[in-house]
Amino acid sequence: MISIRQGLAFVSAAMVPGAALAAATNAAAPAAPAAAAAPAIQHVAPTAGIGVPDGRLGMQDQVTALGQRAADFHNGPLLIMCAVISIFVLVLLAYTMFRFRRGANPTPSKTSHNTLIEVIWTVVPVLILVAIAIPSIRLIRAQYSPPPADVTIKVTGNQWYWTYQYPDNGGFEIVSNMLKEQSEVKAGERARTDADGPPLLAVDERIVIPQGKVVKFIVTSADVIHSFAIPAFYTKIDANPGRLNETWVKADRPGVYFGQCSELCGARHGYMPIAVEVVPQAQFDAWVASKGGTPKGAAAAVVPAAAPAPASARTTRRKPRLRRAPSPWRSLRSTRPRRPRINQRKTRQT
Amino acid sequence: MSTIPADALPLKAHEGHDAHHDADHKPGFFARWFMSTNHKDIGTLYLIFAIIAGIIGGAISGVMRAELMHPGIQILNQAWPLGAGSANFDEALHHWNVLITAHGLIMVFFMVMPAMIGGFGNWFVPIMIGAPDMAFPRMNNISFWLLVPAFLLLLGSAFVSGGTGLGAGTGWTVYAPLSTAGSQGPAVDMAIFSLHLAGASSILGAINFITTIFNMRAPGMTLHKMPLFVWSVLVTAFLLLLALPVLAGAITMLLTDRNFGTSFFDASGGGDPVLYQHLFWFFGHPEVYIMILPGFGIVSQIIATFSRKPVFGYLGMAYAMVAIGVVGFVVWAHHMFTIGMDVNTKMYFTAATMIIAVPTGVKIFSWIATMWGGSISFETPMLWAIGFIFLFTVGGVTGVVLANGGVDNYMHDTYYVVAHFHYVLSLGAVFALFAGFYYWFPKMSGKMYNEFLGKLHFFVMFIGVNLIFFPQHFLGLDGMPRRIPDYTPAFEKWNEISTYGYMVMASGMAIFFVNLIISFAAGRKAGDNPWGEGATTLEWTLSSPPPFHQFETLPKID
Repeated sequence: MISIRQGLAFVSAAMVPGAALAAATNAAAPAAPAAAAAPAIQHVAPTAGIGVPDGRLGMQDQVTALGQRAADFHNGPLLIMCAVISIFVLVLLAYTMFRFRRGANPTPSKTSHNTLIEVIWTVVPVLILVAIAIPSIRLIRAQYSPPPADVTIKVTGNQWYWTYQYPDNGGFEIVSNMLKEQSEVKAGERARTDADGPPLLAVDERIVIPQGKVVKFIVTSADVIHSFAIPAFYTKIDANPGRLNETWVKADRPGVYFGQCSELCGARHGYMPIAVEVVPQAQFDAWVASKGGTPKGAAAAVVPAAAPAPASARTTRRKPRLRRAPSPWRSLRSTRPRRPRINQRKTRQT
Repeated sequence: MSTIPADALPLKAHEGHDAHHDADHKPGFFARWFMSTNHKDIGTLYLIFAIIAGIIGGAISGVMRAELMHPGIQILNQAWPLGAGSANFDEALHHWNVLITAHGLIMVFFMVMPAMIGGFGNWFVPIMIGAPDMAFPRMNNISFWLLVPAFLLLLGSAFVSGGTGLGAGTGWTVYAPLSTAGSQGPAVDMAIFSLHLAGASSILGAINFITTIFNMRAPGMTLHKMPLFVWSVLVTAFLLLLALPVLAGAITMLLTDRNFGTSFFDASGGGDPVLYQHLFWFFGHPEVYIMILPGFGIVSQIIATFSRKPVFGYLGMAYAMVAIGVVGFVVWAHHMFTIGMDVNTKMYFTAATMIIAVPTGVKIFSWIATMWGGSISFETPMLWAIGFIFLFTVGGVTGVVLANGGVDNYMHDTYYVVAHFHYVLSLGAVFALFAGFYYWFPKMSGKMYNEFLGKLHFFVMFIGVNLIFFPQHFLGLDGMPRRIPDYTPAFEKWNEISTYGYMVMASGMAIFFVNLIISFAAGRKAGDNPWGEGATTLEWTLSSPPPFHQFETLPKID
């Protein structure tokens, strides 16, 4: 991917002084494209048990405050409610089975009504549910109250890989594919190493986000519905074609966190993982520069995503699979461009 | 005295019933089983159909569990008979999607629904309300016979192209655009037609049940005296009648999107894929109650019978089902919490969904209160019913967890959800089915089942299904998505245990079939009422099996 961006970086360097440094780092590259891919930042290896599944009994460790809040709500009141009610019913059943077995109680009672107890077992569950609903509704409100975003990333689901665009940073785009195992790749192709992450979760290009900053994800799809999910951030939002969904995270701990596409999207649904690397701001800036991007707030780059990239460089990007014979009505429609709907805008600020 | 027919059909009428002269004249084999208008025969056909579909759907889940036992693709990439599996990697993966789609559709539309409503509903609703037959006997027949081509269409779809490989790989939800532009070839069309036919079958059945229950009750059988199983089928029939047309509309739009250039669900043409999900789940959520409500009814009958006590809080039980039915229509979008919905919408669906727990709780506690003070004996049907109560409670509390829109972000589309809905369906609805099967088997066949094998079946199944599905909660909480054929090695431990659970469960099913064969071949003859004084509904006043036509003189209920 770096090589695509080099071309773009030249353009931006000429126009945007702020980007000159980024361009300069890349400018050294053309002679030896492979060597130039020397990473601007050292990608971290995953920490066991954080951000990766490890066969545990409960939720993954959360690295966002909001995720922690939701996980605490689940691991605390909700789990206790589950356990208490299940055990209560089990004990009650067992006691009833024992106490009123035929041998012990040969004559059944004829009781078939007791208004008081019926009212109690209606009202008590209502109270329990209200007690759950109040923090639950507050949690939803908090999730829908994003602070102003420091970084915006446009996430696009494709069959079967993800692309990530950084519109605030010059609009560069990275394509993220799952890394195959050593036994599955041709000679010279990049294979997964343990530093990349576990099998089926490691990707060739991670999303890099700054630590402690509010990152807004705008999520959409180029073909069928996908779902962008990172368990360690408590984040999951569908990628719908024709819609822009929005979610946000503020990750406090540096490291790499893995997720997977979470909506059935065809044959390789199980093979489009997501990897997010959280790094300190300085490293993030360096990474952005290495991708030919610009710091946020720099004069608008002349390299929007729309700039056509050299076709040869986009080998990882497959053609959308969803083409079919155009309908005769399509030409009529095209006269009125469709404005994508933005969801989650009606957020009540608290 | 009735005249006993000369032929020695297994379903021979019992002696000792007045007013049944010539009532047992049965038509010849073809006319009886292929042109049937008799509710009991049609019920039997439904049950046989459901058992066959259950074997197929269960075998498919066996293939899925075998594939998921270890990371990597081991089963799908082998060539199997019937065109299953493929050496081509993408086709092998597509085959996975075909399996999950078929498993879901078969179990929902061709196993649970036909068994609950078509099978037990047809057999016992008319008898329990003291009616001679269903209101529309011929419509009853076509209801059943529509299911057969529907099932054949679905099975056939696995052998035609569905895009990446053979078969419809869309998931049972058939979400657009994966099911429209994402799946070319006739497989998805065939699956859609299959749903159309199954839906039409269910709508006709629902009309039949509503008409029967409203118009054909015996004198004195007021609505508030009806057995709870009849109540449950009545509520279910209304749910079917209101929900299925929405599904029919949605999948018809899919069909025209696929074939005739419309773009109801195509964003590039001004349509909206999310609209499909709203339509689907407006049907889909009532559908889950359609699957479980008759089970509630069955369990109520059984608990009362073996506790030798009337049902506790009868009216509360009946109206709890009505409430579940009504509220079940306004909670659908909790299946779509991650779709990117408005904050107010999400809050509403969170709150509305939780409300369902209240009438469900009323039912659980009323069942236990029915047992309380009773004189409980633990025949096989009672074991299944008690197992149902506990496992449904476990599935219910995880349902309350998932109802929280803010919490659900994490579990949505993970194995946690798979565990949840298999606890309420595979352990809930299926346990209710087995409870009903053992309960009514003597009545339907005239033979007693083998009590030891029945109990063994229960305990082996109980261990097996819990071993399959309880670890899936852990997988979901650890982040494993649904509907993937391969996973990162960290998920292996619980997946392997889950597959062992499947093996236990499958041995339980083997016991069931052995029991079935032994009972038919050498079962003791069942009396009119093998369950004693606790069995008070009208079917136990008839012979076992009941005469070909019952209640030609209507019974009077006081």
